[in-house]
Amino acid sequence: MLSVSNVTKRFGGLVAVSDASLKVDQGRIVALIGPNGAGKTTLFAIIGGFVTPDSGRIQFEGRDITGMPPHAICRLGLTRTFQIVQPFAGLTVRENIAIGAHLRHRGRAEALERAAIVGEQVGMGPLLDQPAQSLTVAGRKRLELARALATEAKLLLLDEVMAGLIPSEITEIVATIRKIRDSGVTILLIEHVMQAVMSLSEEAYVLNQGRMIAHGTPAQLVADPTVIEAYLGHGAAERLKQESDNA
Amino acid sequence: MKTTSFGEWVLYGGICAYLLTLLVMPSQLWLGFTINALIVAILSVAWNLLGGFGGQMSFGHAALFGTGAYVTAMLQVRWGINPWLAAVAAIVAATAVAGFIAALSFRYGLRGSYFALVTLAFAEVLRILASSFEISGGGQGILVPYKAGLANFQFADRSTTYALVLFLVVVAMLITLAVQRSRFGAYLIAIRENEEAAKALGIDTFRTKVLAMMLSGAIGGAAGVAYLQTYLFIDAPIAFGSTMSIEALLGPIIGGAGTVWGPLVGTLIIHGLGETAKHLVSGAPGLNLVLYGVVLMVILRYLPDGIVGLARRIGPRRAAPTAMPEDR
Ligand SMILES: Nc1ncnc2c1ncn2[C@@H]1O[C@H](COP(=O)(O)OP(=O)(O)O)[C@@H](O)[C@H]1O
Ligand SMILES: [Mg+2]
Repeated sequence: MLSVSNVTKRFGGLVAVSDASLKVDQGRIVALIGPNGAGKTTLFAIIGGFVTPDSGRIQFEGRDITGMPPHAICRLGLTRTFQIVQPFAGLTVRENIAIGAHLRHRGRAEALERAAIVGEQVGMGPLLDQPAQSLTVAGRKRLELARALATEAKLLLLDEVMAGLIPSEITEIVATIRKIRDSGVTILLIEHVMQAVMSLSEEAYVLNQGRMIAHGTPAQLVADPTVIEAYLGHGAAERLKQESDNA
Repeated sequence: MKTTSFGEWVLYGGICAYLLTLLVMPSQLWLGFTINALIVAILSVAWNLLGGFGGQMSFGHAALFGTGAYVTAMLQVRWGINPWLAAVAAIVAATAVAGFIAALSFRYGLRGSYFALVTLAFAEVLRILASSFEISGGGQGILVPYKAGLANFQFADRSTTYALVLFLVVVAMLITLAVQRSRFGAYLIAIRENEEAAKALGIDTFRTKVLAMMLSGAIGGAAGVAYLQTYLFIDAPIAFGSTMSIEALLGPIIGGAGTVWGPLVGTLIIHGLGETAKHLVSGAPGLNLVLYGVVLMVILRYLPDGIVGLARRIGPRRAAPTAMPEDR
């Protein structure tokens, strides 16, 4: 459904994404993990059309979308959320979601109705008439998800929608994401909460310093020495192994 | 669901009562003042579409007003074109100028004060051009010969002019209401609140902003036409000077940006204050501008959502006939 081929992006001297490739098949939940500053958000921005890559290609449903503007990509059915939440602060939750719903529903009343349905779906029913700026972190993360979902996207890119949430909130949003997938939406998500990644996704990619260093099931990846080193530093895998041998 | 508050009923009711009273019982004393305020109110409504709803603050709306006034004046005086046809051409021209300014600014991603400066620069360029060429009357401006009659779009009777200008204000406000209740309006508000998020949700922000500016241009051009047909004179400082640009944004910001009533409320209040000050302290030119500045600072400090925002908070809310989603 989505295929990213050999994408590179430089910011001045810094190579944020370097020759990275990944594939997402329809109906799956795929995770993109990696340490802070690895280039994950940049890769999402590239896929979503917010940043043009220096080289490489992005294909969505067989169509080349490299260099297309974000709104055009969104119309094709690919929407992203923002790691740093971007609510329409002065609007209510319902009005926020309705902006997303407008993509497929012209009428104002219709879009607001759709917004209420989507809001319920992600557990924001009681908050529909709250101003977005009064929401908690968890609420804002949910709002990002709801707005994107309201565009009736076929592929959702979720950027750290669980960061800053307490465990009970994570359990809730994990269930919500699974429900969304079951309704036929494919999901690519960036996540730091490994427990959530393990329970949600069948497949994960690991990005480190802009490079895609591993790909497999989450269980395979947490045992992969390259991945452990990426997170814990050089020689970490060896040390861990010795420690567990000694124990 | 938003409803209309008691304070709003009083505010809007009071304004309607004043304007309608003047319609049935014309008073020469009040007509002159009100006609002038209403013409500015039309331009304020125009500014509000892009600045209030879309959050793109223009500092050069005189460019659109002036284009409307000059095009209609030149067509009539230089080429003898029928004033009604000239008016249509002027509105088209102002729309085109607006589209050009917007396309150029937004193509290069100008926002905030950069957009404000570019619009200001366009108005200045037009002001210099208008005063430099003979065809536009040079430094003297253009005087349209007085020939009252419906065919000439000129009225001997001031109250007819008043009715016409009032009609234009109502049309402009109805356009605002239609925008507010449409997807286009929701998209403009989304852009104002967060442009990146708007893009991510499939909004063509460039197109939306340019269209809003063009609609603003059409209405601003109509304000220029109304000005010319009322005073039968235009020159570069009036048409393209910064006074008009400032008045265009004062009304909405003081009255309540991004609301249907804000521009009219704000313009009437500010002109009322200006007029009062003029009578109290005669012979102090520029006093009204000082006063505008003071009022603006007070409003920005204590009432960021303007007089309409204040009225919304007064008294119990009564359900409006149809509970429509509202701006802010
Ligand atoms: N617009 C930008 N300009 C310059 N550097 C950037 C920009 N966006 C991201 N970067 C840099 O690119 C690197 C990758 O950032 P990011 O994609 O946000 O990482 P991640 O999401 O994996 O934490 C970081 O070093 C960051 O500072
Ligand atoms: Mg990130």
